[in-house]
Amino acid sequence: MNQMMANGTQTHTLSALVANKPGVLARIAQVFARRGFNIDSLVVSPTRDGNFSRMTMTALGDPSGLDQIIKQVNKLVDVIHCSDLTDQNIVVKELMLIKMRIEAELRTEVLQVAEHFGARSVDLTDESLTMMITGNSDKLDAYVELCKKYNIIELVRTGKVVMARGPKET
Amino acid sequence: MSKNEISGGEAIVRALENEGVEYLFGISGGSVIPIFDAIVTTKTKIKMVLTRHEQGATHMADGYARATGKPGVVLVTSGPGATNALTGMMTAHMDSVPMVVMTGQSIRPMLGKDAFQEADIFGMAMPVVKHSYLVRETNDIPRIFHEAFHISASGRPGPVLIDIPKDVSAGVCSQDARADMDLPGYKPQVPPDHEAIMQMAEALSKSRRPVLLVGHGALISGAAAQVRAFAEKMNAPVMTTFLGKGAFPETHALSLGWPGMHGTAYANKALCECDLVMSIGCRFDDRILGRQDLFCQKAVKLHVDIDPAEIGKMIQPDVHCVGDAREVIEELTKHVGRLNTEEWVEHLANYKKNFPLKYRKTGGLKMQHVIDELYRMTQGRAVVVTDVGQHQMWAGQFYRTDYPDNWISSGGAGTMGFGVPAAVGAQFGRPNDLVVCISGDGGFQMMNQELTTAVIHKLPIKFFVMNNHYLGMVRQWQELFYEDRKSGVDLEGNPDFVKMAEAYGMKGFNLKRPGDVKRILKKALDYNEGPCLVNAEVEKTDNVFPMVPAGKPLEDMLIARPRHKLDKPTGST
Ligand SMILES: Cc1ncc(C[n+]2csc(CCOP(=O)(O)OP(=O)(O)O)c2C)c(N)n1
Ligand SMILES: [Mg+2]
Repeated sequence: MNQMMANGTQTHTLSALVANKPGVLARIAQVFARRGFNIDSLVVSPTRDGNFSRMTMTALGDPSGLDQIIKQVNKLVDVIHCSDLTDQNIVVKELMLIKMRIEAELRTEVLQVAEHFGARSVDLTDESLTMMITGNSDKLDAYVELCKKYNIIELVRTGKVVMARGPKET
Repeated sequence: MSKNEISGGEAIVRALENEGVEYLFGISGGSVIPIFDAIVTTKTKIKMVLTRHEQGATHMADGYARATGKPGVVLVTSGPGATNALTGMMTAHMDSVPMVVMTGQSIRPMLGKDAFQEADIFGMAMPVVKHSYLVRETNDIPRIFHEAFHISASGRPGPVLIDIPKDVSAGVCSQDARADMDLPGYKPQVPPDHEAIMQMAEALSKSRRPVLLVGHGALISGAAAQVRAFAEKMNAPVMTTFLGKGAFPETHALSLGWPGMHGTAYANKALCECDLVMSIGCRFDDRILGRQDLFCQKAVKLHVDIDPAEIGKMIQPDVHCVGDAREVIEELTKHVGRLNTEEWVEHLANYKKNFPLKYRKTGGLKMQHVIDELYRMTQGRAVVVTDVGQHQMWAGQFYRTDYPDNWISSGGAGTMGFGVPAAVGAQFGRPNDLVVCISGDGGFQMMNQELTTAVIHKLPIKFFVMNNHYLGMVRQWQELFYEDRKSGVDLEGNPDFVKMAEAYGMKGFNLKRPGDVKRILKKALDYNEGPCLVNAEVEKTDNVFPMVPAGKPLEDMLIARPRHKLDKPTGST
């Protein structure tokens, strides 16, 4: 789930609870950009209480650099809290839509592969088939790998969303 | 407007009154006319100081804030007015100075449409402010202003921007609009961790060669008395950082002055030899560390800071305590006793004797001489405001600071042009204190238009132009590290500063010979009719020492100009 690179850098999953106000995303993005970190995926959505949003970000980098970023993000007035959930006990899920150009005779085969991964078809035309799959990122990667032998027209992934396991809040 | 309503401009003036604002520094313009108008219609007691440049307004507010501890307040127009204020916001941000900057903005329906004088100042200022607002509803004014002042002054202070579209300030605000703060994510201060305090006491008790490194944070927290009691109880030597000057008396027997690039030799030597270094509100700036990975390698490191993001940013401490310096030190003092430091204190006293700050008393006029004499003639009691460059370093060295809030200098940003307006702001804040401003000929010309403000308000500031006809600090680097190839540093064509003062309606004095220093200083200090200026024609090519070349470890400090060639510095500027 978290890939460890040779040089000690690692993909981190950060979660932030923020005030739902204009500019908050820009402020957080600036903290990352200034220190040369790229946000690889980002999901923002309002929480149960519409005054707040939950942001889930993944970023690749060395842990000490990210640690400083988390402190700077926590310092932002509009951020309630931000933490690194990488090695925590969490549920991580991602959703992907993948559209392929499939000839009629291959359809069954494609659907069989899909069944194996728990993917479902969400759109079907004479020329194309669109599948939806959810799960952890490794599973999505593996599915894409298998689909590559078909004609992928496009694919889109939501990025990770996470939640702490058990009764504790994320 | 119904009875229960006031204009947005009036709501702003009221909000400022509620925060106890005395002065607004700024310049008018189309998008802030409703606010300027409300200053008249409300007959408020708040005084509007019309500056001559928006950057000047921000540094004035900054000087006022550093001299008083209260937020300085700025009011400027949109577009160029707002962008002119950016340098001042950055300067205040780097040095944790409380400031509230109001900028006018285009009307809401025009936002993002390149309207006349529309600038996305909210976006531009983001990295240089503690927080910012774009006011979207007139009824939000009371809350936003209340929050802005609170954020600006609490915890680790900083500038807060309030961008106000003209149709918001011209709109109507209900008298019932609430000012209650809504800041669930803002935790400016936490109570100190008792466990950490006990660990610090333990580490201190084992130390034979401790130093306290006391920063601007101690001044902001008002911890000077606590720091002194703490140091005296332990008999521990103290160095105050360049911005911490005044947090512990520099004339105290335990004081080592300030460390770092142009600090005292004995402070730097103490850092090289100590077995424990304790930062109290100092952020381990790169100018103090020298080479980061070699800083105090063998010493135990303790760090007290109100800002958790400073812990481990530059230096990984062995023990840290997040909290307000005064609270932490007060508590910690209860748990420490006198340390076994006799030998260490004596050792450092020898360093103080053998490596004093000094300058040649022969030859031409020297800035050091002027500053040294000024220090003596003012009994070290002046509020000293500086610009940026060689004169700044010498002012820091030779004007010793014994009192909190008496030293005002742009440290983190090193903003040339800061001195003149900051001195004006400081004098507004401290009308009964002597304010002197020490500028270089370069930086003076970046903001000299604010002399007008000093003249209009008859502020009795003593402005010194340390005139070496060079951008001296850069010239020094070129001499030392670039084989004296001067490039872009010659200030040939300087105006006659005394005539310039006179043109502004000020008294001006020329100071050319070492033998005249006392006489001219006396004249300037005795001058009683508003501001005056001393143009000191000083040696053109003197250099500031000690010096730790940027990026070198403190051990490589140069006490005087070396004969051998120096490598180009690798550290940041
Ligand atoms: C706004 C700004 N521009 C450029 C610099 C770079 N700089 C640092 S010191 C210095 C020279 C300052 O010259 P002067 O004001 O004459 O003071 P001196 O060093 O001669 O005492 C310069 C150009 C700066 N710090 N700030
Ligand atoms: Mg100069």
